[in-house]
Amino acid sequence: MSRHTLSVLVEDKPGVLTRVASLFARRAFNINSLAVGPTEVPGMSRMTVVVDADGDLIEQVTKQLNKLVNVIKIVELTSESSVQRDHILVKVRADAATRLQVTQAADLFRASVVDVSTDSVVIEATGHPEKLTALLSVLEPFGIREIVQSGTLAVGRGSRSMSDRALRSA
Amino acid sequence: MSKGSPISPSLMATKSAGAPKAPERADRSADTAAVVADLAAVSPVLGPNTVVPPTVMTGSQAIVRSLEELGVDDIFGLPGGAILPTYDPLMASSMNHVLVRHEQGAGHAAQGYAMVTGRVGVCIATSGPGATNLVTAIMDAHMDSVPLVAITGQVSSGVIGTDAFQEADIVGITMPITKHSFLVTDPNDIPHVMAEAFHLASTGRPGPVLVDIAKDAQQGEMTFSWPPRIDLPGYRPVTRGHNKQVREAAKLIAAASKPVLYVGGGVVKAHASAELRELAELTGAPVVTTLMARGVFPDSHPQHVGMPGMHGTVSAVTALQQSDLLITLGARFDDRVTGILKTFAPYAKVIHADIDPAEISKNRTADVPIVGSVKEIIPELTEAVRSQFEASGTPDLTTWWAFLNNLKETYPLGWTEPEDGLSAPQRVIERIGALTGPEGIYVAGVGQHQMWAAQFIKYERPHAWLNSGGAGTMGYAIPAAMGAKVGDPDRVVWAIDGDGCFQMTNQELATCAINKIPIKVAIINNSSLGMVRQWQTLFYEGRYSNTDLNTGHDTVRIPDFVKLADAYGCASFRCERDEDIDATIQKALEINDRPVVIDFVVSPNSMVWPMVPAGVSNDQIQVARNMTPEWEEED
Repeated sequence: MSRHTLSVLVEDKPGVLTRVASLFARRAFNINSLAVGPTEVPGMSRMTVVVDADGDLIEQVTKQLNKLVNVIKIVELTSESSVQRDHILVKVRADAATRLQVTQAADLFRASVVDVSTDSVVIEATGHPEKLTALLSVLEPFGIREIVQSGTLAVGRGSRSMSDRALRSA
Repeated sequence: MSKGSPISPSLMATKSAGAPKAPERADRSADTAAVVADLAAVSPVLGPNTVVPPTVMTGSQAIVRSLEELGVDDIFGLPGGAILPTYDPLMASSMNHVLVRHEQGAGHAAQGYAMVTGRVGVCIATSGPGATNLVTAIMDAHMDSVPLVAITGQVSSGVIGTDAFQEADIVGITMPITKHSFLVTDPNDIPHVMAEAFHLASTGRPGPVLVDIAKDAQQGEMTFSWPPRIDLPGYRPVTRGHNKQVREAAKLIAAASKPVLYVGGGVVKAHASAELRELAELTGAPVVTTLMARGVFPDSHPQHVGMPGMHGTVSAVTALQQSDLLITLGARFDDRVTGILKTFAPYAKVIHADIDPAEISKNRTADVPIVGSVKEIIPELTEAVRSQFEASGTPDLTTWWAFLNNLKETYPLGWTEPEDGLSAPQRVIERIGALTGPEGIYVAGVGQHQMWAAQFIKYERPHAWLNSGGAGTMGYAIPAAMGAKVGDPDRVVWAIDGDGCFQMTNQELATCAINKIPIKVAIINNSSLGMVRQWQTLFYEGRYSNTDLNTGHDTVRIPDFVKLADAYGCASFRCERDEDIDATIQKALEINDRPVVIDFVVSPNSMVWPMVPAGVSNDQIQVARNMTPEWEEED
């Protein structure tokens, strides 16, 4: 199974997240992550859905999503043609003895420390999923207390805008 | 022509040519006919698009007014607390509201109405249990792509989410089984939501749309104007097939030596039977009509080789299996047609034309996909095939036809007489079809009687055969027949029902009797859940676990169907002998002032043949128990 990133432009209407999520559930499609938020166009939201699926199945996923009336447009973003980022907050054990090592590790990944207490720090990092996995494996030995992670966000490279084009064709 | 904008131009044509329809309705709308035709072409809002200047009214008045403006003539429903405000202005409306006895009946009636008229069927229910009682019918309409708008009352917006009395999240419940749904909490949204609901239900691949309206939105004041603006930026169904794909399809057709037209319910929905016939006769290819497409190509036509699928004819099933080209029109490679998908039509290339792009290559990969309405694609394909034939010659299908005609002759549909001395259910159904004729409408429940009705009634026209295909809803027949009779009152409408199905929805006989909707019901009473029993006979060593209903010969006969029908104000007869079958059907055909119910007591041992057992290849089709056809004719 291969991983696909779909950018889905939707009307910002009540229930639209449920419609998308339940579609995945009832058609037995596997969501890896899903992130949703408003766009530059009022009344329009954008979802980034990462799906594990083979070629035929991803076509079916896209077609079924397109049948949802609130879905305006779907674009598959490949890793070459898009910027893809995850966002993570990690709470790591760090006392006076280990704090320096932990923050140095964070620095190596261009992550920042956003909270410090006597026996822990919270590290914020942004990056491609592989980078964040690497960061976590470096932090692991110190003792990870909590992980909070966003879904993948993705945007196509270059000047073209997905919502511009969607609005023109609508 | 009625004032609603029909989905089909061909339906408009037959109706204006004086086809049977309530005459006063035709008169009422005759003057607006030209306007409808003009405006329907440009406006996505159904109905005559009469301009209504801003008028202050309540939300409930706006619901009723919107329905009227959308061209609705008939509604099926049952009131309750949360929809009460809307029932008040409904009383003063010119629309005909049929009060059902159970909301499921309203849903199926709206489906039956939609299936015979091609217009959107409308049902109304209250919140909570009223709405959940519609769920089966909504799911049924979703599976069979029936244009349906379900309107439900919802508790007031202020108490939504508090588990208020009769509150149910019906939008959430029906999300997976509707084409779309709306929750209305602001009365000003009512006109455009209603117009959008009808537009969605009737265009593209038709389907059910739910409009849930909070009680305070019904009671609140709003400013009504018409036509409203439809704003559906994510909804753009493709109707025109891609030219290049159509030409590719024509090339394949010209090159095929064993083509088959695999025709599904989409051709019925698109009212494209005339176009289909032209294509079929040009190509000379055999035609199979699926369960949902019976009648769209005449059974009597020499190119018709039968119904494919689990209980299809040997000729139809084998035609698909041996074919080198499936010309698939508005069909969806359902598992009941394909059997084991891997072994289905293994030698065939596939042309697949469907209005829903998600159906194409969902189950079987298409070599030539064509997205669009078959109403537009078929004539274009016919033209493309004609030019292709002129360029490269007409293919010779003589060998193919010799093979298929031999199968048709060797393995015609038939039945063996039961050994218990009771009537064969197949004979009863065959006689109903023969004595009523192809102008009748036949509505089946689900089970053995449904398959026999699909096999032994001869269909010559579309919209004459209604059943619950995808969903397999027992209890569909009586309410759907009721809706069909309301939609096409001048036709004889038979509900061919089973004794199991009948006991699920027979309360609507009261609705039929009181509202003078004289349907005819043939209960094919084999005293059991027959299709389940057949599987128990074949696959569970005859262990009849919970399939005996005790309604037939030599049982306690609870309920007594004749007495029950009598209690409902219907004419009722029992027929237990072969020699009485014709006379009883004739008596039923002569009664038109009330519903008729006939209890045909038949053998519980009759089985539906041919059959492709579940989980095996279509090549394993059995013409009778453990009897497969002789295949020496194969190459």
